[in-house]
Amino acid sequence: MLKVENLHTYHGHLHVLDGIDFELVEGELLSIVGSNGAGKSTLLGTLAGVYSPSEGKIEYKGIDITKDGVQKTVANGICLVPERRQIFSALSVKDNLMLGAYHRYSRDKKTVHRDYEEIVELFPRLKQMLNRPGGLLSGGEQQMVAIGRGLMANPKVLMLDEPSLGLAPLIVKDIMNILRRLCDERGVTIILVEQNVKAALKVADRACVLAHGKMAISGTAQELLNDPKIQEAYFGKPHTTSKNIMQV
Amino acid sequence: MNKKSLKLIYNNSLVGPSIFFALLFCIPLVGSNYTLAIFTMIGFYALICIGLTMLTGYAGQISLGHAAFYGIGAYTSAYMTATLGFSPWLAILVGALISALVALLIGIPTFKLKGYYLALATLGFGIIVYTAFKELTSITGGSNGFFGIPSIHLFGFEFVTDQSYFYLIWLFVFMALVFSRNIIHSRIGRGLRSIEGSEIAADAVGVNLMKYKLQIFVTSAIFTSISGSLLAHYVSFINPNLFTANTSIYLLIMVIIGGLNNIWGAIVGSAAYVLLGELLKHFVPVFFPNIGGEFEIVFFGLLLVLTLIYMPNGLVPQFMKIARKLKKKERHASIAFTIDTQATGGKAND
Repeated sequence: MLKVENLHTYHGHLHVLDGIDFELVEGELLSIVGSNGAGKSTLLGTLAGVYSPSEGKIEYKGIDITKDGVQKTVANGICLVPERRQIFSALSVKDNLMLGAYHRYSRDKKTVHRDYEEIVELFPRLKQMLNRPGGLLSGGEQQMVAIGRGLMANPKVLMLDEPSLGLAPLIVKDIMNILRRLCDERGVTIILVEQNVKAALKVADRACVLAHGKMAISGTAQELLNDPKIQEAYFGKPHTTSKNIMQV
Repeated sequence: MNKKSLKLIYNNSLVGPSIFFALLFCIPLVGSNYTLAIFTMIGFYALICIGLTMLTGYAGQISLGHAAFYGIGAYTSAYMTATLGFSPWLAILVGALISALVALLIGIPTFKLKGYYLALATLGFGIIVYTAFKELTSITGGSNGFFGIPSIHLFGFEFVTDQSYFYLIWLFVFMALVFSRNIIHSRIGRGLRSIEGSEIAADAVGVNLMKYKLQIFVTSAIFTSISGSLLAHYVSFINPNLFTANTSIYLLIMVIIGGLNNIWGAIVGSAAYVLLGELLKHFVPVFFPNIGGEFEIVFFGLLLVLTLIYMPNGLVPQFMKIARKLKKKERHASIAFTIDTQATGGKAND
């Protein structure tokens, strides 16, 4: 469904993505983990059309979308839920959600309203606060709004940048379960960028570790969970660095 | 923000503006020429501030260069009518087109900037245009100013009195208000509000940031230019000092004092600025006889700081808050009265 080949992205002179390759099928959940500065957010930004890659190819359903900008990428069905939620704090929850359907509202009003009802059902907690400004919600609720807003774009590929950031473990669990359900029940393909490796690997089908702009390790989520290098690097043993991961 | 306040913000009915303008249009029947002149000045600023509120309050973009468009409108009208002999209406239209084109050309590189950089770039643009007004003496008359700008005619009627200009400018304000409210409640309006909320999120949901920023900047430049043109015909004399960076700052102060997130804030902020300015002119010399003209910028600077500290949302949301409180009190009093009446068997008033 989504194929990325030899993707290179620069920020000025900084070579952030250095030849990324991967492929995703429909309804798959791919977790991308890695340390700060590994290039995870840049990868999502490049796939979303925010940054243009200097080299490489992004193919979506067999069509080259490498040079498509953000608007076209969203219209194609690839949507990014940005880091730190980026809620429209002065707007109500309802308006936040409706803005997610911005590119399709005028030509698709009926479906938009139906999708809105479905998303409210998906996040029952938001039902009580539809008229409350986004800025007055808790972190977890804001994250739900951000995911809901992303879903309002009716995406086939949903990309989430650190959705667990600053949230309580129980809320993280809820959100991860919702993501899993989106894949299983709605066939949405999800790319999840996370620092919370354990949570990310638990729900993912496949996962990869990004280090210095390269895919250092990739495999099924279970393989990565059992990988001693990953366990050493992310689950408590202090002597492994991202350099060691690069050597795997 | 509860459901009621959201309703107030999203209320697109024409009842409110119609009542307001019906009452306003009664002022010439009872007001003196001085009152009319003051309200006409409020109208000139309100027209600019409506555009600026859209740009700053709704799209979240700052401009410290709007005096340039005010000047472009004024000088285009002055030159085309007094020097070239064209109709004032054509001159107003050409002024608006020139301003729109300049806004577009300036906007394309400028709106790639954000925050302080955007403010400085627009300030720089304003200063360049002001310098051009001063230096292009063969067209603008330079520092000596431009004299003998004719008044506006329409179907043989000449706009010469304060009363006629009062109606003319407020008619433009009414049209600008209705137009802006329609934009705010449209898809573009939602796009603008999303840009103001978070550019990253707006971008992520597919809002074309540059397109909307430019559209609203051009619209506000057109409003400002029309106001400048009408001003030139009203006062019949203009000079570059009307279009300095200070003017741009005052315009922004009006918008902030009125309330950035409400289109009515443009009118309230303009009224506050003009009325307070008039009061200052009367009272300051009484207490400080030797003071120069700079006291205004000090006073309004101070007012801006106080507004930002105590009423960061501006006057209009504050008025709405007070109105809601009074309504709540009234309702409570009415409920208490009903309970009391029932308890005393209808003898509460005795």
